[in-house]
Amino acid sequence: MKHERKQLKLLDAGTLTRLAGESVRRLDPRLLIRNPVMFVVGVGTLVTLWLAGADMLAGRPWGFDLAITLILLFTVLFANAAEALAEARGRAQAESLRSTRKGLIARRITENGEEEVSADALRIGDRVRVMAGELIPADGEIIEGAASINESAVTGESAPVLREAGTDNSGVVAGTKLLSDSVVIEVGVEPGNSLLDRMIALVESASRQKTPNEIALTVLLSALTIIFLIVVVTLLPFAGFVGVETTVPVLVALLVCLIPTTIGGLLPAIGIAGMDRAMRANVIAKSGKAVEVAGNIDTLLLDKTGTITQGDRHATDFIAIGNVKADALRDAALLASLADPTPEGKSIVSLARDRGASVTADDAARSVGFSAKTRLSGIDLPEGCRIRKGAPDAIRRFVTDNDGHYPDEVTSQVDRVARGGATPLVVAENDRVLGVVPLADIIKPDIKARFKQLHAMGVRTVMITGDNPLTAAAIAAEAGVDDYIAEATPEDKLEYIRREQAEGKLVAMMGDGTNDAPALAQADLGLAMNSGTQAAKEASNMVDLDSDPTKLLKVVEIGKQLLVTRGALTTFSLANDVAKYFAILPAIFVAGIPAMQTLNIMQLNTPASAVLAAVIFNALVIPALIPFALRGVRLRPSSADNLLQRNLLIYGLGGLLLPFPAIKLIDMGLGLFI
Amino acid sequence: MNEVLLIYATALLLAWPLGRYLAETFSPTSGMVDRIFTPVEGVIYRILGVQPESPMNWKQYGKAILKLHVIIALVALIILMQQGRLPLNPDDIGGMSWDLALHTVASFITNTNQQHYSGQAQLSYFGHMFAIVSMQVITPAAGLAALVAILRTAFLLRKEPELTADGSISVGNFYADLVRSITRLMLPLAFITALLLAWQGVPNTFEGAQTANTLDSTVELTEQRIPVGPVAPMVAIKQIGTNGGGWYGPNSSVPLENPTPVSNYIQTVSIVLIPMALVFMAGYLTGQRRLAISIFGVMLTMSVVLAGINIWSENQPNAAFGGLTADGPNLEGKEVRFGATATALWGSFTTQTSNGSVNGMHDSFNPLGGGTELMDMFINATFGGVGVGLVNFLLFLLLAVFLGSLMVGRSPELLGRALEAKEIKLVSIALLIQPLLILGLTALTVAIPGLAANSNPGFHGLSQVLYEYTSAFANNGSGFEGLGDDTVWWNVSCAVALILGRFIPILAPLAAAAHLAGKRVAPTTSGTLNIATPTFALLTLGVIVMFALLSFFPVLVLGPVAEYLTLAG
Repeated sequence: MKHERKQLKLLDAGTLTRLAGESVRRLDPRLLIRNPVMFVVGVGTLVTLWLAGADMLAGRPWGFDLAITLILLFTVLFANAAEALAEARGRAQAESLRSTRKGLIARRITENGEEEVSADALRIGDRVRVMAGELIPADGEIIEGAASINESAVTGESAPVLREAGTDNSGVVAGTKLLSDSVVIEVGVEPGNSLLDRMIALVESASRQKTPNEIALTVLLSALTIIFLIVVVTLLPFAGFVGVETTVPVLVALLVCLIPTTIGGLLPAIGIAGMDRAMRANVIAKSGKAVEVAGNIDTLLLDKTGTITQGDRHATDFIAIGNVKADALRDAALLASLADPTPEGKSIVSLARDRGASVTADDAARSVGFSAKTRLSGIDLPEGCRIRKGAPDAIRRFVTDNDGHYPDEVTSQVDRVARGGATPLVVAENDRVLGVVPLADIIKPDIKARFKQLHAMGVRTVMITGDNPLTAAAIAAEAGVDDYIAEATPEDKLEYIRREQAEGKLVAMMGDGTNDAPALAQADLGLAMNSGTQAAKEASNMVDLDSDPTKLLKVVEIGKQLLVTRGALTTFSLANDVAKYFAILPAIFVAGIPAMQTLNIMQLNTPASAVLAAVIFNALVIPALIPFALRGVRLRPSSADNLLQRNLLIYGLGGLLLPFPAIKLIDMGLGLFI
Repeated sequence: MNEVLLIYATALLLAWPLGRYLAETFSPTSGMVDRIFTPVEGVIYRILGVQPESPMNWKQYGKAILKLHVIIALVALIILMQQGRLPLNPDDIGGMSWDLALHTVASFITNTNQQHYSGQAQLSYFGHMFAIVSMQVITPAAGLAALVAILRTAFLLRKEPELTADGSISVGNFYADLVRSITRLMLPLAFITALLLAWQGVPNTFEGAQTANTLDSTVELTEQRIPVGPVAPMVAIKQIGTNGGGWYGPNSSVPLENPTPVSNYIQTVSIVLIPMALVFMAGYLTGQRRLAISIFGVMLTMSVVLAGINIWSENQPNAAFGGLTADGPNLEGKEVRFGATATALWGSFTTQTSNGSVNGMHDSFNPLGGGTELMDMFINATFGGVGVGLVNFLLFLLLAVFLGSLMVGRSPELLGRALEAKEIKLVSIALLIQPLLILGLTALTVAIPGLAANSNPGFHGLSQVLYEYTSAFANNGSGFEGLGDDTVWWNVSCAVALILGRFIPILAPLAAAAHLAGKRVAPTTSGTLNIATPTFALLTLGVIVMFALLSFFPVLVLGPVAEYLTLAG
């Protein structure tokens, strides 16, 4: 059961007040200069304010100048609000994760026993003891003991999870609660440098590093800003030469309309929102770059179990060998599985019952549990009948040890089952093989469609499995993955990643164990499960708090969405300029050149109202697009060609056309007042 | 209309095989033609003292380009200022002033051929042949070399990038590219064209000016001096090398430079021939044939649309004849023997390709016709100058790749190589410098009284000044004549626009190409941006048009558009 995490309400009065305050605070030129486009708008605001003041003192009409000043001021404030809002949402998300770890007390193990210290005093390598019912004081790894832990404070999932020293599930997160036993934890991070601390830094604009693509886009937007600055400044002498009088406030208005304020104002918000979306998916990225890279992933390495198939396998049939009766095999398999606690064993019991088996075990019967040595399990019946089930080679040994014969028919049935994508389980009674029980992987119902989408987006999916090649191939074909690594060892994974990278591909993988760490580090995007070892988490650039193997797919989507949102809004912003030219240029020139009225294709009321309408549109488009920047554009999984067509149509053509009616409407609205 | 189709069709049909031949020329193994040219080129390499096989990184390549141009410029500067004392000067023409010589040299080393002098009156045969014609051969070859270097570095996908001796990314060898361009393209093609023109009656002699007796002896003038000279070869190279600078001041409108409809047809085709062929060459050279076809499509679209408007505009009557019953095309400043359509088509081609030769007076075009020519030069990538036109196009292509990649959800990459801040910075510089110089210098000139020295006030006066700097920056060379442009201000300011307008748009993309070549190449999947599709072509077209319009719409509105609207109203 998921419990709802507190969400930041957008339209709550308190939030709006805080947001307004924050937007004003960010007018500080030292903060504003981080965003060259908005900095120019800020300077423009001061210039028009100065002129409005001068006009007022000189007794000239000043209303228009002041109106322009105010609209420009709001343009900057809107952009600030977008950034502040994205930041507040991201921070709220992170804070709700972090709130659980305030004021934690740790029981540190020293040479002279144990001492109680504040969690903030813990350093890497410190060992702390945690008892049942206590909160874990710091991120780290269990080095002694095993325990069940409630991680709901972090993941929202209230079902307890098992964490154990020396396994791949030894990682623990600060603020989660130990439910049973007692463990010793080695602290894995310095205070202030935990995953959450780093994540918070990614959504706070002051400390946020711009990502590579964001830097490149900022360079482009700055160049465009300079170009428009040149265009507008030179317009003054040009107009003078042909005898048209222009005023500075109108030129400032034109400049602000032309420079890419829409994308410039929303760019930081888009980046922060990308982090925030990752965090909402319970994925903690160590850098903004990691999220950006996710969009470019060419190859996804996915574990079969949990991602492609449901964790458990199910018996699907009883295939008797030779003259063995099907019912005899069914009953033997049922008896051998009665004491088997694994989901596979239970599925055999239920399949046998469904098919009419009614036998029960004698009280005197002795069940034989699975051991790593024999790799068999089963039951010894009082009358001396020993029934076993297990992997084909283990059963072969069992049968031959009992001087029995292992028929070729079994081998051929085993191969047939494996080729069908199931795991063959062989059942034997003393020296006689009874038959084969196929244990089929259940492929998750929605995963096939998911892979199809990924395939359309150009992402290759590779299944990693410990299964033999025959089974792996069958499952791979059924699930629709592009490739598979059967009987995969950590070295195989590393090797596969290197091979893909040598072809220029970007590879993402998910892992949890210490032996996954080299592959996670080698991968361009390594996503560690939170339940995993500290080594795995260190080696990866993202951590999934839910330890959900399908999360990689989500991460790729978030990365792509981030980039598409940037591209779409840049295109939209630039396409908008055409309409603004048609609004403002005739307005500037019509007094000196009456024929310019022809260019006033929107038939705007007066020059003043035309200029105001354009600037107001330019300002309003920022808050109008804030939800869009925060949510990201909707990403339909399809080929690049289709995406380009669609986005070009919506944001290119739409951006070209939309401002015409919008500016006209604003102009009509203004006509009611002036 | 038929002549327009015929010229487009001829150019296209010749450009295809020529492009194929050029791709072979710049491939390491080029087969049969090698046997003819290799010995000649070997001699040239020995004279220059260069190793044509040793690879250069982009800085070495760029330095070699600059070094060559500086040396030629200095030699030309001396010749032009001292031509009075040099041989081959039957008409006793004196040396140029320093600023005129500076402008002339800047104009000719940049493949522009903007002339603030009148050829037949201010240049000796020696000056023409050694200063002017040699630069007319070398500069387009240098532009082509730069294009080939950029294509093979950024668009030819190799397994491993080729490296120089010091381990940096190689872009090729400038001297090999330059010499091959000259020996295998410029000289043979100029030779053929010159023969065709001489056949049509273009003078080709070392004799001095001819004297003719006027037919009408009632006027005071009884004797007329007609300047001649080795005109045909110069006209040939001026056309095929997108040079534009003619023997005579009025260029190809003079009957001696362009005597017949056939010579006009040959010259119009030869203006666009190499620029068109280079797009095909790019396809064959890099193996990106679909991309080349798509680029050709975008260029052809821009060419046809803008030429169409120009032709339509020039077939409208001149507004000065408004109210008269006799209407017809605007023939002011046009040769009646060519007519409005052929002159407008030439005007479009010459501005699209940064050629700059004229067979009519662009200043006298109707406002919108002149406006399309300005637009041609703002874009400057509609086939464009030899080599540099396609390089300019590739800059816009990079921008389109940047936007397009983002819109398909990937970090920008060109053919699999990441476009990052460094490349975008270089592209931005190359794009930014255009409005900076054109608008900045135009603004200074009209703002400071006495600088402009133009023949018209108002809208047309603004267009004249704008045209001059646009032409200089675009390395075009044509003009809205009527400017008294042989002044120190005009000569020096134009020289600045010429030189920066030539070398920055060559060096910045060259650097970007070298940066790109060192990067990992991501494989092509259905999720990567395909730049050889019609959709992407549309995006590129949009980027080009938007970029030109956003930078220059206001000044176009105050110049040609205001003039048109006012005359129409």
